Parts: sequence; C-alpha cells; structure tokens
Amino acid sequence: MKSRSSHRLREANVIRVQEQDFDLGDELRGMSDGNHGIGGLCSFVGLVRDMAGDANIGAMTLEHYPGMTERALEEIEAEAHDRWPLEATLIIHRYGRLEPGDQIVLVAAASAHREASFEACHYLIDFLKTRAPFWKLEDTPDGPKWVDARASDDAAVARWGKVDNTQ
Amino acid sequence: MLKLLYFAWVRERTGTASEELELPDNVSTVADLITVLRAKGDGYADAFESDDLVRVAVNQNHVGFDHKVQAGDEVAFFPPVTGG
Repeated sequence: MKSRSSHRLREANVIRVQEQDFDLGDELRGMSDGNHGIGGLCSFVGLVRDMAGDANIGAMTLEHYPGMTERALEEIEAEAHDRWPLEATLIIHRYGRLEPGDQIVLVAAASAHREASFEACHYLIDFLKTRAPFWKLEDTPDGPKWVDARASDDAAVARWGKVDNTQ
Repeated sequence: MLKLLYFAWVRERTGTASEELELPDNVSTVADLITVLRAKGDGYADAFESDDLVRVAVNQNHVGFDHKVQAGDEVAFFPPVTGG
C-alpha cells in the first residue's frame, strides 16, 4: 500500500477526458487515499438537465477539441495550484452522447483546510466552462440545436479577478 | 502550410472538420485569414458572417483576431465554448 500511496501523490493533478461514466465515490477516494495531509475535499458534479429554456431536451452530444481540451484543463489546474495550497485536483469531463440525468463533468480540489478546497473547486468549474473547448448539441423537438454560451459564465470568471479577453 | 480545424456549427457550415491551406501572401493575422476563408464559398461566408460569434485558437491556445499566423500553425475556429 505504501508504494500505491506515493504513486498517487505523483498523480495529484489528474485530468481525464472520456466517453464513459465515472463513479463519484471511487474518484474522490482515489484522490485522498494515502494522503493524510488532506483535511478537506470539495467536489462539483455537472449533470444533463432535461430542460433548456422551454424546449424539452431528449439527449445531447458533446463535441470537443482533442489535444487542446487536455491542454486547457491542465492550465486551469495549474492556475488553481498557484492560487491555493492544494494537495490534489481532479477534472473529469465526458464527451459523446449523454442522456438527461447523466453526469457530464466532475471537478474536485483537496487541501489541508476547507476554504482552499471550496474556492479552488469553484474556480476550476468557472474557468472550465469558459475556456475548455467543448460544445453541446442538444436534441430538441425542432431538431438538433447547438447550445449558446451564456454571458453569466463570463461574469462568473470575471469575479476571480482575471478576465480572459479572448473568450 | 496551415492546418485549419473547425468545430461545432462552424464545422457544419464550412462542411469540413479540417483542411490544409498554403499560407497566402496577404495573410499575417487571424483577421486576414478569416477574410480569405470567407471568399472560399457560401458555407465559409456563413461560418464567418459575424466576428462576434466565432472564437479562434492558434496552436491550441485561445487568441484574439489580431494574433499573428505563421506557416506550420494549427488554427481552429469554433463557437464560444459550452462545456461543463
């Protein structure tokens, strides 16, 4: 178990872009296993909703930009580590076809204390939403429709005091 | 050569996910490149009809339209991102 623990410590900043679902409990345990310096672990899970505006959504397909996606997520994680004393971070984002109720995304941040883990988790999802190159195509009664970006997502990022002018 | 990539509705409008383009002499920025692409056909004109709706990455970094473009670059065009 010792060697497994040190292996995990070396992989404290994990990014996975995948089609398959994930198990929240397994993922969070995987982050903290063997690292007793972690006193707080905060996570956020994004789910597919069955409504968008007034249209009923059957399912959606997530497209992404392989290569740039991983690069963007690595940058966001690195920035979080620069801002807070984090023991571990995790980002999992799914792509492909997803049904209402399915998990889309998991971000999590672990630190010695709760404040850093709460704030870093919030930071990770805010920046992911405006910088990671993913696009949602929703099935609607009128046919497939690309989801529009929301101005409120840009405002969420601006609150962190670092505005990205290119998005 | 430039490697051009298109995603989401930009890809649907251009009708291709990727293509290569010899860097035209009169292109030094992303904005110049968009001007050249708009002239490639109706689908391209539709894809780039509004500068406000299209975002660009050069070599997998988000950049503005004033960013320089050089031979060998990977240039991607896409709508504002909607992940998470």
